[in-house]
Amino acid sequence: MSTQPLLHMTHISKSFPGVQALSGVELTVERGEILALVGENGAGKSTLMRILNGVFAPDSGQILWNGQPVTLHSPHDAQRLGISMIHQELALIPYLDVGKNIYLGREPTGSLPGTINWSKLYAQARQQLDCLGLDIDPRRQVRFLPLAQQQMVEVAKALSLDARLIVMDEPTSSLTEREVETLFQQIRALRAQGVSVIYISHRLEEVFAIADRVAVLRDGSLVGCKPVADLTPEQVIRMMVGRELSQVYEKGDEASAGDVVLAVEHLSREGAIQDVTFRLHAGEILGVAGLVGAGRTELAETLFGVHPATSGTIRLNGQEVTIQRPAQAIRSGIALVPEDRKAAGLFLRMNVATNIVMALFGRLARWGIIPWARVEQIAGDFVERLDIRTPSLQQRVRNLSGGNQQKVVIARWLTLEPEVLILDEPTRGIDVGAKAEIYRLMHQLAGRGVGILMISSELPEILGVSDRVLVMREGRLVGEFDPRTATQDDLMSAATGSGDSGRNGQ
Amino acid sequence: MTVARRNALATGLRRGTVILVLLALVIFFSLTSDRFLQGRNLVNIAVQNAHVIVVAVGMTMVMLMGGIDLSVGSVAALAGAISAGLIARDGWAVGTAMAAGLALGFIAGLTNGVLIVYGKLPPFVATLAMLGVARGFTLVYTEGRPISGMGDAYTFWSRGEIGPIPAPLVVWVVIVALVWLLLTRTRFGLHIYAIGGNEETARLAGVPVNRVKLLTFGLSGFLAALAGILLTARVFSAQPQAGAGLELDAIAASVLGGVSLFGGVGGIPGTAVGALLVGTLGNGMNLLRVASYPQQVIQGAVLVMAVAVDMYAKRLERG
Amino acid sequence: MTTATAARERGFEWRPFFQRYGLLLSFGLLCLFLTLASDRFLTGDNLLNILRQSAINGIISVGMMMVILTRGIDLSVGSVLALATVVAADGLRWGWAPLPALALCLAIGGALGLINGLLVSRVRIPPFIATLGMMTLARGLALSYTEGQPITGLGEGFRQIGTGYLGPIPMPIIVAGLVFLGGYVLFNHTTLGRYIFALGDNERTAFLTGLPVKQITMFVYAASGALAALAGTILIARLNSAQPSAGEGFEFDAIAAVVVGGTSFEGGEGTLLGTLIGVLIIAVLNNGLNLLDVPSFYQSVVKGAVIALALLLHRAIR
Repeated sequence: MSTQPLLHMTHISKSFPGVQALSGVELTVERGEILALVGENGAGKSTLMRILNGVFAPDSGQILWNGQPVTLHSPHDAQRLGISMIHQELALIPYLDVGKNIYLGREPTGSLPGTINWSKLYAQARQQLDCLGLDIDPRRQVRFLPLAQQQMVEVAKALSLDARLIVMDEPTSSLTEREVETLFQQIRALRAQGVSVIYISHRLEEVFAIADRVAVLRDGSLVGCKPVADLTPEQVIRMMVGRELSQVYEKGDEASAGDVVLAVEHLSREGAIQDVTFRLHAGEILGVAGLVGAGRTELAETLFGVHPATSGTIRLNGQEVTIQRPAQAIRSGIALVPEDRKAAGLFLRMNVATNIVMALFGRLARWGIIPWARVEQIAGDFVERLDIRTPSLQQRVRNLSGGNQQKVVIARWLTLEPEVLILDEPTRGIDVGAKAEIYRLMHQLAGRGVGILMISSELPEILGVSDRVLVMREGRLVGEFDPRTATQDDLMSAATGSGDSGRNGQ
Repeated sequence: MTVARRNALATGLRRGTVILVLLALVIFFSLTSDRFLQGRNLVNIAVQNAHVIVVAVGMTMVMLMGGIDLSVGSVAALAGAISAGLIARDGWAVGTAMAAGLALGFIAGLTNGVLIVYGKLPPFVATLAMLGVARGFTLVYTEGRPISGMGDAYTFWSRGEIGPIPAPLVVWVVIVALVWLLLTRTRFGLHIYAIGGNEETARLAGVPVNRVKLLTFGLSGFLAALAGILLTARVFSAQPQAGAGLELDAIAASVLGGVSLFGGVGGIPGTAVGALLVGTLGNGMNLLRVASYPQQVIQGAVLVMAVAVDMYAKRLERG
Repeated sequence: MTTATAARERGFEWRPFFQRYGLLLSFGLLCLFLTLASDRFLTGDNLLNILRQSAINGIISVGMMMVILTRGIDLSVGSVLALATVVAADGLRWGWAPLPALALCLAIGGALGLINGLLVSRVRIPPFIATLGMMTLARGLALSYTEGQPITGLGEGFRQIGTGYLGPIPMPIIVAGLVFLGGYVLFNHTTLGRYIFALGDNERTAFLTGLPVKQITMFVYAASGALAALAGTILIARLNSAQPSAGEGFEFDAIAAVVVGGTSFEGGEGTLLGTLIGVLIIAVLNNGLNLLDVPSFYQSVVKGAVIALALLLHRAIR
C-alpha cells in the first residue's frame, strides 16, 4: 500500500532576467517528517520556498499536494492548503498581543456582528500555546517577548491555521543554545502530531540534530536528498559546494603585497561584530567569507563609519584614526562599495557623469562652482578605464545594466584614490563577462598598491581572486586561510562551525 | 541602557507625558489664578472643548492606522456652514440639516480615502488638498459672512442640558465611549491597529486593508463634521473661518495622549486627556489674560515638543 | 530601448512627448482659452500685471522647490513672511534705512528657516510637522508683536523694491528674475545644487558618499525662509504696510506651482523652468478667474483640485 507524500514538487524551474534560479528541482516531503533544506547563498532555496508559498509561479513543473496537483496564486492559497511560512524576519505586529497576532484576520465573532469574542480568542490562543508546551501569556504584547518566544508565536499562528507543513527559514539565527533546544522539542512534538517541517538552515550541527532527511541545493539544482543517518557533515558540505574552479578567476602577480596599510585590532560593535583583529597590506586582496549574517557587512560598515565601533582600534598606515561617519572614513582614505548598489550605491535618477564625480565635487569646485568641462573629462576618463558601456555620459544610471552600474559605483570611489577599498559582494547579480572585468580591475588596483577587502558569498570567487582569506561567523573572525591550499570545504566548515575550523596556512 | 529599560522608558514617556503635563498645568493655573479651580470653570473646560475632543478622536483613528487628516478643520467649517445655511436660508428642519452636514463630512472623508487608496497619494497631500477645497467651498457657500438664525433646536447642543449634564459634554462622552468600544472590541478596531503596526503583515493575514482605510477616513470626516456642528452651536453662527487650525489641535491632543505619528500605538482615553490638556491650556491662558496671539505661539510650541518626545520615544525603541 | 522602438514603429510615442512638453502645452492651452474668453487678457497692461503678481509666488517657489527636492516640505513660508516683514517694517517705522531693514528681514526669515532645518535634520521631526509647528509659531509671534495691527508708512526708499522700475521693467520682476537666475546657477553649476538633488534622489547613498546631509538640509530650509522673507519685502513695499496676517495661503500657491511644474514629492527630480511655468500657470489662473469675475472664494477650490490633478497626472505619465 503506497501512501502519497504530503508534498511533491517536481521538475520545478524558474529563471529571472540574466539568471537561472532553479532547474528541474524535485522535492518531496512526507507526512510527519522534518526535511532540512541546505545550500549556499544563492543556491535557490528562497526561490523554491517562494514558489511553494505562492508568491510566484514556476516557469515549469508541478506541485502535488497529497497527490493532487495544485496551483498557487498567492500566499493565501498556500495557507488554505495548509502550508505556512515562517520567515527569518518575523511577521508579527509588535504592539499587538500574542492572541491578536495569532488570530488577526480570523477573529472569533462576539455577541454583536463585527465585535470580537475576546475570551474565546484568548482561550483558543491559550490552547494553541499549550499544544506547543509554551508558557506564554496570550495577552502579552509581542514586542516584550524574547525572540525565541516570538518565533514560537509564529509557529502557534501557523498551527492555528491548521498547517500541515511549516517552513522555517533560519529559525535559530538569534537564539541561545538553550532556546534552540526548546525549539527542537517543539518541532519534534509537531512531528509527533503528523505536521511536517521544512527546516532551512546553514548550521549543519543543527540539521544533523533535528532533521530526518536533508535536501541539498546547488546552483539551482537538487544535488541529493538522503536520510541524515546516511550522511556525514563533510559529505553534505561537499554536495553544497562541489564545483570546479572556473578559469574566470585569474590570479594577480605573485605577492606584490607591501606594507600594512590597514591594521584592525579588537574591533567590536555591540550586536554586530566582536573582537575582530586583522591586517591588510597594500596591493593585497583580502577575501572575507562567511554566511549571511556572519557579520561581514557589519564589519565593512564599522570600518567605514556607517555605525561607529564601540571598542577597538583602526590604524591606517600606522596612524590611529577615529571613524564615526563615512565622511571621516573617506578623508582617511577608505572607500566602501556597498552590497546593494541600487539602494545605497547609486543616484539612480542622475546621470553617469554626476554619479562618478559626486564624491569629487567638493575638491574640484572653485568657490562652489563646478567646472563641468573638467567633470566630463574625468568622467569620460573613468568610463574608458573601466570600460563602462553607456551611450553617453548623460545617460541616467538606472538605464545601465547591472555590471555597468557596479562599475559606475566603483569608478566613483576610484576618483578619490583610496588606500583601502572595501567591496561588499562586488559581482552580485552580474553576468560572467562583466565579472571577469571587475576581477581584472581589482588586480589592476592591487597592482597599484591599493589594499582591497572583498566580501563575497561565492566561495570559488573568494578562492580564485584573493591573496588571503578570512572567514567570519557570528560576528567573529574564525579562520584565516591560504587560497592556494584551502578548499571550499575548508571555508564552508569554518563558516558553518562544523568540522574542524581553525587557523591553517598563514 | 538595556533594551528592556529603553522600551519601558519609551512607553513611560508616551503614557506619562500627558498626565504629568496636565497635572503641572492644573497646579500652575490654580496657583496663578484664583478662578481656575472653581467648579464652574472646570465644567467650562469640559464643555467648551467638546468639538476639539470629537475631532481629536477622529484624528486618533486615522493616526493609529498610520495616516493623517489635515482637512478636519475645513470640513468642520463646511459642515457647520451647510447645516446652518440649510436651516436659515432654505427652512430645513434642524435634524435633517444636521444629518446633511454629517453626511457631507463623511463623504469628504471618503473622498480623502479614495485619493489615498486608489490615487495612491500620500495622506498628507490628499488631505492638504481637501483642506483647501473644503475651505473654498465654505467661503463660497457663506459668501464670506457668518450664517446665523439656526434656532433653539440647533443651539441646544451648546446651551442645553440632558438631565443635569450639559449637552456638549454628553456628546463627547458618548463619542469617546463609542469609538473606544469600536477600537477595543471590534474587528474593525483591531484591523486599524494592525494596519498601523505593519500593513503588509495585516494584508497577508487577510485584513481588508483598503476597506478599513476608506472607512476610517470617512469616520474622521464624519466626526469633523460633528465637531463643526458643535462649534457652530457654541458661537451661535457658522463662521467662514471656523475651525482654522483645528487639525493642529487634534494632532497635538493625539500625540500628547500617546498616539504615535507612525501608527499602531495609542488609544482613545489618552487622546481625550490630551484634548482636555489642550483645552486646559487655553482656558488657563485666558484666565491669566494672555493675549490670543501669544497663545497661538504657545500652542505651536506645545505641538512641536509633543512630537519631539514621540520621536525620542521611537528612537529609544529602535535602539 | 525596445519599448521606444516599438512605439516609434507605431508612429507616435505620446508618453515621452507629454513628459517633455505637457507642461508648456497646458500653459499654452490655458492662455488660449483666456484670450478667447476675455478681451482684456492679452493686453500689455494685463500681461505685465500677471508677471508682477507672479513675482512674489515665484520667489517663494524657488525656495519651496529646494525643500521639496530633498523630499521635504515647508508649510511655514507664509507665516515666516509675515513675521519677518512686520519686524522689518517696525524697524523702518523707527527710522531704519531701507537696506538694513531689508537685511534684517532676510536674516529673520533665514533664522526661522534654519530652526526648521534643525528640527528636521537633527531632531528628525518629519518636515510637515516641524514646518506646521513653525507656521503656527511664527504667525502667533507676528500677531503678538503687532497686537494685530498693521504697520504702515515704510518710506519712499524702501518702497522702491515694490514700486520702482529698472528701465521699463518693474522691480518685482527684476528681483524674481535674479532669484531664478540664482537658482539656475545653484542647481546647475554649484556643488551644493548637485548635493540637493543627490540628497533627494537617495539619502542613504548621499550619506555613504560622504555628503554633508545635515548641512544640506539646514541650508534648503534656511533658504526657503529667507526667500519667503524676500518675497515679503516686495509685498509690503507695494502695499506700503506690513500685516501680521500677510502671507496666508502663500505656501499653498508655492506648493501648487512647484508640483505642477514637475518637481516630484519623492525628491531628486525637478527643473527650474518647470517651476517657472508652474508659477506662471498659477498666476494666469488667478488672473483669469479675476477677469472672468469669478468670486475669489472659488480660487482655493481650484487650487486644491489643481494640485491633486497635477499629482495624479504625473503618476499616470511615469
